[in-house]
Amino acid sequence: MRYLPHTRQDIDQMLAVTGHADLNQLFETIPDSAKTKTGLNLPDALSEWDLNAEMEELASQNAACRSYTCLMGAGSYDHHIPAIVPHLISRSEFMTAYTPYQPEVSQGTLQGIYEFQTMITALLGMDIATASHYDGGTALAECALIALRKSKKANKIAVSSLIHPAHRQIMQTYLDPSGYEIVDIPADRNGLTDVAAFKAMEGMAGVAVQSPNFLGNIEDLGSFRACADEKKCLLISSFTEALAHGLLKRPGSFGVDLVAGEGQSLGMAKSFGGPGLGLLAGTKKMMRNLPGRFVGKTTDSNGQRGYVLTLATREQHIRREKAASNICSNNGLNAMTAAVYMAAAGKNGIREIARLNHDKAVYLKNMLVDAGFESVYDSAFFNEFVVKAPAGFADKRRELAEKHNLFAGVPLESYYPDMADHYLFCATETVSRQAMDLLAKEVKS
Amino acid sequence: MTQPGTTGLIFNEPELWDKSREGRCGISMPRSDVPRTDLDPALTGDAPELPQLSELDVVRHFVRLSQWNFSIDAGMYPLGSCTMKYNPKTNEVQAARKGFAAAHPLAGDEFSQGALKLMYELEQLLGEITGFPAVTLQPAAGAHGELTGMLMIHAWHAKQGKQRSKILIPDTAHGTNPASATLCGYQSVNIKSGPDGILEPATVAEAMDEDTAGIMITNPNTLGLFEENIKEVCDIVHAKGGLVYGDGANMNAVMGIIKPGELGIDVLHLNLHKTFSTPHGGGGPGSGPVAVVEELIPFLPVPRVEKENDAYSFITDCPDTIGRMHTFYGHFSVMVKAFAYILSMGGDGLTRASQLAVLNANYIKESLKTTLDLPYDRPCMHECVFTDKTVQEYHISTMDMAKRLLDYGFHPPTVYFPLVVDAAFMVEPTETESKDDIDQFIEAVKAIVKEAASDPDKLKSAPYLPKVTRLDEVTAARKPCLKG
Repeated sequence: MRYLPHTRQDIDQMLAVTGHADLNQLFETIPDSAKTKTGLNLPDALSEWDLNAEMEELASQNAACRSYTCLMGAGSYDHHIPAIVPHLISRSEFMTAYTPYQPEVSQGTLQGIYEFQTMITALLGMDIATASHYDGGTALAECALIALRKSKKANKIAVSSLIHPAHRQIMQTYLDPSGYEIVDIPADRNGLTDVAAFKAMEGMAGVAVQSPNFLGNIEDLGSFRACADEKKCLLISSFTEALAHGLLKRPGSFGVDLVAGEGQSLGMAKSFGGPGLGLLAGTKKMMRNLPGRFVGKTTDSNGQRGYVLTLATREQHIRREKAASNICSNNGLNAMTAAVYMAAAGKNGIREIARLNHDKAVYLKNMLVDAGFESVYDSAFFNEFVVKAPAGFADKRRELAEKHNLFAGVPLESYYPDMADHYLFCATETVSRQAMDLLAKEVKS
Repeated sequence: MTQPGTTGLIFNEPELWDKSREGRCGISMPRSDVPRTDLDPALTGDAPELPQLSELDVVRHFVRLSQWNFSIDAGMYPLGSCTMKYNPKTNEVQAARKGFAAAHPLAGDEFSQGALKLMYELEQLLGEITGFPAVTLQPAAGAHGELTGMLMIHAWHAKQGKQRSKILIPDTAHGTNPASATLCGYQSVNIKSGPDGILEPATVAEAMDEDTAGIMITNPNTLGLFEENIKEVCDIVHAKGGLVYGDGANMNAVMGIIKPGELGIDVLHLNLHKTFSTPHGGGGPGSGPVAVVEELIPFLPVPRVEKENDAYSFITDCPDTIGRMHTFYGHFSVMVKAFAYILSMGGDGLTRASQLAVLNANYIKESLKTTLDLPYDRPCMHECVFTDKTVQEYHISTMDMAKRLLDYGFHPPTVYFPLVVDAAFMVEPTETESKDDIDQFIEAVKAIVKEAASDPDKLKSAPYLPKVTRLDEVTAARKPCLKG
């Protein structure tokens, strides 16, 4: 096996030093009764070349093995990834490094993550950002826990029913054992979270709203801020499409306390849903409540600029059962990916890509309405929107996927039972007008 | 013997925004083929203040940064409990295949059969390696797997009709163990290991009662020792109606030797980024699959992958499930890499990997036990733990030795963990290091211990060769500067 360097002679010499007769004897402290009698019943080892064949065979059983038109978002977005992003991220020095606990030989990761934190605060308009989390959903669940722990009295949190359904399910999983309660805020007829319904709620530790929400509509975070102020509870905002912030007002400008979101759009492949990038940001006041790692700037013993992991006294390896969270590994390499992407796009690039996304989505919606779909909401959206499909679209949708490798929207009925025939469409900068026109033509025919 | 550490030209590099020039952009913009439609200005803000750089600016910046990093591909990482083995390059090729990388998670089962089949088969392979009938791949990291496992234990007790309030955690446990237990509302009860560094059944029997949900055991433990009484400990916990959580972070020592599922463990997490060779990425993304016994299968997170008549599908209709742990299905591309690794190694290869990992650790232990203090002088598994006792008389600490190792071209071992020994110096070489590289490491440690006696001041200011010297971590924490 090419990954195992030991020659017969090496093994003999080393066994002579350890005082064992053979490799099996190394396990002398394991009682015989504990040893497995069956060994490992696994397939025989494959050569690199057979592995290639087998993996290509598996990959070819996914529709994504051919170029396809992706008009689906719902938390995973199809964006162009510049060649420099995978190129730089594949550098061994980033990819095969450990967590930067030894800062003298980890300055590359540390400065990169410090720059990531800085760019995320610029993107979201927040004071501070952590060095990343697993995904948008788990980051949001951590925010809910922060709000509930900070509150002396309340054990309930108000959560918009238009937050990504999977994110709400993760929150439920995280909150259940502690006895915390999630109170759903219903949607209004514009496909927005009903702020009046939240107004009528009492005893909440916080309120969580996603914008753009799961239906693509842009929420009025300002009215939630005002309402949360009256109730003296924390305002948490979330998002699944990070690029929306290239165009929209930043969450920080509404005075939100905590922001959680998914950063996959910032240079990461969809990869069947993971790994993405959990983003977590807050106001300065939240610094010691936020979970996970931070990189901070400092100096070395010669006075040179340098970076270290800092504020570790919140973390599990120091605080153990009293830690702010159990998180250890995060999604560091994907944070670095986002850093490279944001640095390459820059202030003007990210603005222009965001505008393109919006333009394409507006065009797609117009084409679909023209082809017989029903516009469901009049609310402003970024690159996703809901339409009601004409009869027979489910079959047409399958046909489009099979014949044209075009994936037309995400059906919403499994998320919201009263939304039969409703589809969540997404158009990004990767979608050509030609593909959208083809869809409209096929639907009409 | 020539040590790998040396000097060479590396570049200075400012922070990104110091290189920013108004008007630069490093990204190719698609030509617009649709009309421009402006959003209501009341909803839009100014463009975010990201730096403005050309493509080459970005490339040089990150290449220069990368050159300040230590990495497995450059040198040995003897980090205890971290299993920093070689990350095979073919694994990256497999994960980058278009059919995997470009797959949308909501494309639908029929358009995702390759991904589903890979997940299903990886679950089977990990089940065989650990001796459990079912596995979930959803947890995003080891600690996330721990949380998943503890949530299942919590849900199982709830289903029995009576929740419990405590959980036993040995003093050798990873810090994530008590933190995960706390998230489930369990109070951690710290139990001491015996004089041999392993758990004694009597200690567990004394602490275990009917208000205790179970025990969290790392085996081999973080002293690198096999918990010889594991079966008795499991029996004691089960007899009182508790469950046994196994932290499989150290599974690299025992593949093909033991199967935790055969020993009485009820739920076990693995770290694909340790045992199964996927890259650590400077702190993730990892992946922390969880394996369970039959009785816990109903509690596994959803969605789960099912196979029927050679067709694979996701199912969510599981009434007792703990719920969802990840927005989609977990870190799929990490799963692809681990799957490729297992197929490349085969059963014999994995067993061999464990044997050689244990050989390497014992060889280091024997070679250094007269140089450094070895608090538990017993045959070890994949790692061994020393302390700084032999150099304390020169006022040299574990940290000083660790920093000096950098000058010799080695990443330091894990230091000051496990907490059960003072000033731990915890070495895990892994099986992918050759005897030659290990001999170099041993020589470096011996040379440093000599320096401790002859020139202690030199060690106290080490390292000298890296881009920066020791950093002021105290000021960093007291006056946090978290953005530029």
